[in-house]
Amino acid sequence: MRGPGLRKGGLEASPFRDHMPLTFRKRSILPGFGLALGYTIFYLCLVVLIPLAATFLKTASLSWDQFWHIATSSRALASYRLSFGASLVGAFINLFFGLLVAWVLVRYKFPGKRLFDSMVDLPFALPTAVAGIALTTIYAPNGWLGKPLASLGIKSAYSPLGVTIALTFIGLPFVVRSVQPVLEDMDKELEEASASLGATRWQTFSRVVLPTIFPAAMAGFAMAFARAVGEYGSVVFISGNMPMKTEITPLLIITKLDQYDYAGATAIAVVMLVFSLVLLLPINLLQKWSGARKQRLAQALTPEEAVA
Amino acid sequence: MAGTVTLAARGAFSARSTATHATTESASVRWILTGIALLFLGVFIFMPLVVVFAEALRKGLAAYWDGLAQPDARSAIELTLIAAGIAVPLNVVFGIAAAWAIGKFEFWGKSLLITLIDLPFSVSPVVSGLIYVLLFGLQGVLGPWLAEHDLQIIFAVPGIVLATIFVTFPFVARELIPLIQAQGQEEEEAALSLGASGWQTFWRVSLPNIKWGLIYGVILCNARAMGEFGAVSVVSGHIRGRTNTMPLHVEILYNEYQFAAAFAVASLLALLALATLVVKRMVEWRAQHQSASSLGELA
Repeated sequence: MRGPGLRKGGLEASPFRDHMPLTFRKRSILPGFGLALGYTIFYLCLVVLIPLAATFLKTASLSWDQFWHIATSSRALASYRLSFGASLVGAFINLFFGLLVAWVLVRYKFPGKRLFDSMVDLPFALPTAVAGIALTTIYAPNGWLGKPLASLGIKSAYSPLGVTIALTFIGLPFVVRSVQPVLEDMDKELEEASASLGATRWQTFSRVVLPTIFPAAMAGFAMAFARAVGEYGSVVFISGNMPMKTEITPLLIITKLDQYDYAGATAIAVVMLVFSLVLLLPINLLQKWSGARKQRLAQALTPEEAVA
Repeated sequence: MAGTVTLAARGAFSARSTATHATTESASVRWILTGIALLFLGVFIFMPLVVVFAEALRKGLAAYWDGLAQPDARSAIELTLIAAGIAVPLNVVFGIAAAWAIGKFEFWGKSLLITLIDLPFSVSPVVSGLIYVLLFGLQGVLGPWLAEHDLQIIFAVPGIVLATIFVTFPFVARELIPLIQAQGQEEEEAALSLGASGWQTFWRVSLPNIKWGLIYGVILCNARAMGEFGAVSVVSGHIRGRTNTMPLHVEILYNEYQFAAAFAVASLLALLALATLVVKRMVEWRAQHQSASSLGELA
């Protein structure tokens, strides 16, 4: 999952763009290419690729029937439903509130704005276990919010709702941080043009602003979803961990490992691995789309710069 | 995944013109939207943070210090420092090498390499731990050989270090790559043409240029290294006083209903998170300041 800024000044900034090399590497007078790339690939293989390959190797010792039997057992299916369902709901909550928070932080002035802006990143910085016990304490039946919710007859902790709350927390920064720079870069002229042509504020927002930030918002949504599906630490305390009811997929893997069922744990891990690899593609595409859109807008809006 | 917002993206925007009537909402709409947004942040961000400190101090300062002074807590803090102390420098060296190769050169397969570097971010923490169990555990690919030579990696400190390296692998690289790309290579070319050696150019020209991005990458990497739970939980074996890191110690205390002690250790990790956010803000301010002053020089 790549940050929205990663492509800034990438290939586009290269003077060699017009004639891409036919050889493996473009000529450069800077030294150190062999050493740097060699070490990068060596370390990447050692830490990431070889261990990942070992997982698939281990699965290969299972027959397809065995693999299918484990991966689609009713307990596994129930865990997928909870993990994917709660992650999806959490990502939608974050899509809506993330857009709102990004909008408020970019467009409005209010006291403490910088503090709120900085704190948006807290779910990235706070260890998941700490988030887990804090959320559980808040939403437990005698907790700050758990008690009023319980009096309304809503069970928050130790239920799928609790899982959703935790997954909303850990995905919170993605949409905000993905949309914020796009909103900041957006020129006011577009909205002024729309308003001067007689559009209402809502029309301007839905027809001018929303299409501009849509790719970035979707990229944030997809990243929040992908992160939530694999999340373990913040959920395991609040979920209650009842098999078939509140057991998320990562916890099922741990349970199987604790029972020395390595084949079972691996089969379910492979399902999750394949899913996260598959999700990488749309995330990358969305980020490219968002970056390209931003660039096109910038070019379209500043003709004098384009000429210069 | 704290690295989603890069310095380049946050530092680049320029001052915006102030809002006019036609392009903003009425005051009441502004108040309502701001209120909802802040309420959302209050419930989801501030409340969890406050509850950590409230619970940690609920039984008084003495209980708080007791929680931190237990020998098991001490050894958990030590192990966390060891794991981060090994993982962060290794990933810094890798990050600089990767950023140099990717940022300064054009070569075939570059975008595939970037995707592979980001891979650990998209793998569930639990799966990140599991892959090392499958490689080094007794049932694993290398397990029998390791057992023969009396080497233990899983359920021991090396496994914890390895899992920590894996989950923090991309942080420094992905912070530095866009920065080095944006910098271009004119300055290095100038240094080289004036007779500097490759290493001199790197130490005196390239490294000072990426200093703030590097600091940012290191603190993000460190925060995750010290706070990782899922991956470490799978490989640790939870041996008290020996293979428990701080987050794992928090879990054990919490499950034993020692809430004051659990939240005392958790409050240290929360302070680390807050310090991370403060440094992040400072680095962003520096980057913005620098880009503003360099723009001034151009004009």
